[in-house]
Amino acid sequence: MKPESDAIIDIRGLSFARGNRPIFAGVEIKIPRGKVTAIMGPSGTGKTTLLKLIGGQLRPDRGDILLDGLNIPTLGRRELFEVRERMGMLFQSGALFTDMDVFENVAFPLRVHTDLPEEMIRDIVLMKLQAVGLRGARALMPSELSGGMARRVALARAISLDPDIVLYDEPFTGQDPIAMGVLVNLIRRLNQALGHTSIIVSHDIKETLAIADYVYILSDAEVIASGTPKELEGVDSDKVRQFMQGLPDGPVPFHYQAPDYMEDLLGEVS
Amino acid sequence: MRMRTIEIGVGAFLLAGIAALIVLALNVSGLNLSEQVKGYKIYARFENVGGLTPRAKVAMSGVQIGRVTAIRIDPRMLMAEVEMEIFDDVDYLTTDSSASILTSGLLGEQYIGIVPGADEEMLAEGDYIQDTQSALVLEELIGKFLFNKVGE
Amino acid sequence: MISNMLQRIGHRALSRLASLGRSGQLLFQALVARPQPLVMLPLLIKQLWFVGVLSLVIIVVSGGFIGMVLGLQGYTILVDYGSEQAVGQLVALSLARELAPVVTALLFAGRAGSALTAEIGLMKATEQLAGLEMIGVDPLRRIIAPRFWAGFICMPILTMIFTVVGIWGGALVAVDWLGIYDGSFWASMQQAVSFYDDIVNGIIKSICFGLVVTWIAVFQGYDCIPTSEGISQATTRTVVYSSLAVLGLDFVLTALMFGEL
Repeated sequence: MKPESDAIIDIRGLSFARGNRPIFAGVEIKIPRGKVTAIMGPSGTGKTTLLKLIGGQLRPDRGDILLDGLNIPTLGRRELFEVRERMGMLFQSGALFTDMDVFENVAFPLRVHTDLPEEMIRDIVLMKLQAVGLRGARALMPSELSGGMARRVALARAISLDPDIVLYDEPFTGQDPIAMGVLVNLIRRLNQALGHTSIIVSHDIKETLAIADYVYILSDAEVIASGTPKELEGVDSDKVRQFMQGLPDGPVPFHYQAPDYMEDLLGEVS
Repeated sequence: MRMRTIEIGVGAFLLAGIAALIVLALNVSGLNLSEQVKGYKIYARFENVGGLTPRAKVAMSGVQIGRVTAIRIDPRMLMAEVEMEIFDDVDYLTTDSSASILTSGLLGEQYIGIVPGADEEMLAEGDYIQDTQSALVLEELIGKFLFNKVGE
Repeated sequence: MISNMLQRIGHRALSRLASLGRSGQLLFQALVARPQPLVMLPLLIKQLWFVGVLSLVIIVVSGGFIGMVLGLQGYTILVDYGSEQAVGQLVALSLARELAPVVTALLFAGRAGSALTAEIGLMKATEQLAGLEMIGVDPLRRIIAPRFWAGFICMPILTMIFTVVGIWGGALVAVDWLGIYDGSFWASMQQAVSFYDDIVNGIIKSICFGLVVTWIAVFQGYDCIPTSEGISQATTRTVVYSSLAVLGLDFVLTALMFGEL
């Protein structure tokens, strides 16, 4: 499956550094339209930063991020506002607004971007909540929800404007098996039912590979592998293999840099 | 419903603030809104005004009949000249009234006390009070006392 | 060794300067950024409640007690000179010129300022601010600006309430308990207190304090490191910096306003 055929997001030559540390050095990523794309890698490789760059919250030092031809880093306020209408983001912590109840949280993007009458907003919100299975929870406050439920509400909020692209930031982290199963199922079903493009940033191999159509693996500021989950199994690279199989030792070493063990044990007390 | 409580609370808060402002203006600082003008000016010269300040009261028999508006030096007579504004309805001050600088209490404010005389004519705008009594200066009092004592 | 220390001092100074610059940017964008009155008003009202109405209890109680103490102490000292009727003047002037604006500002920094910092810091840590940005809403306009205006408006109101309650407390002690004739209490007060010089200057002070305290509180929250430790540091900084700023500013303003007296 060649992603070049129809890439809704085309990232070219992306370079971004935080202080002295390069997070991305000339990264090239193409996100295929309508599919579930996973961006994976060991923690600290800047996966969340990539989502922020796509969303326009951060500006890259160099490179282009093209969304259907629009170069995101160059957009002005007005245009960025309109582009964000086409994106929905699910944050790692849910990021529900704590001063509003579930209904108001999901309705928020509708109120900001559209002028729809109240009855229409109510219908849309109820439909979105129904899609994630939480229509009955619409009057609860975020503090009354469990972690898994909060994420589902955040997902409903992310899709309330029927965006073309949904960004998931570590959706499976710290979830119990049932909640995880629910989320995996939801992400796949919504992607098929609503036809949007999903970008999942995660380091949970099993769950992510189960639903991803295409995968990019990032490490040390560059893409070290890309392909369908099947193609990745056969990749001949130590880094990729260590990551995919969860090997404790390999290119990412087990031992933190230390002097020779024997010398340390037998050596003088310094 | 929660929003309504909040709105009512905030409204009450703002009202309380306005009420506090009004109380401060009227009761605490004695701001007089109506009584801005409506007076005529008379003048008096003193050797020593002591601690008299503008806005001090001008009283007759202890009752306020006006206030001090300005204190200057008269360059010709080389004395202090006090300008007073007397309420319009106080039109019974004779031209031979006397003005003294008095103190209310030991640490109190200084004010001008006016004692009317027996003349037929009344003071009008721009008139000068001739009979004046300066403020008591403590050092002079002590000096006088010591002088008298020595004399004995 | 010395060069190390100098480097650290220089680095610290530069980073303070940088954060001052960031706070200036925040102030400008929060105030000048095109306001939307229709959207802002309900948000502003909500913040007026949290920042102002909920501070009333501490302000009223403090004002009352401080006024009563002033009345008591003032009487004790003045009675030796036979000038106890001047207590009214003493209480009113001390409160209106100095104590009300300063104490209100300090209490406000402690109660409302730290609450603002913690709330905004927590919103930053739980990615709510980033979430707002992704939805396309400017968090400066929606979150920061209403809180800023609320603090700015509430401070003078709280100060005036403090003054009134304090004077009432002083009157309670002086007239009802210590037996000063209430006529002379109020009369000496009205004589000595000038609306424009004392009351209005006190209000001007409180407006300046409101600006400074709210600005510091809001900036510390917005700029904090989004961890629990970072938030606690930011809250402490709000209270400390606000208090120092208020006391320093008070001196400058007093010198300007009452210096010639």
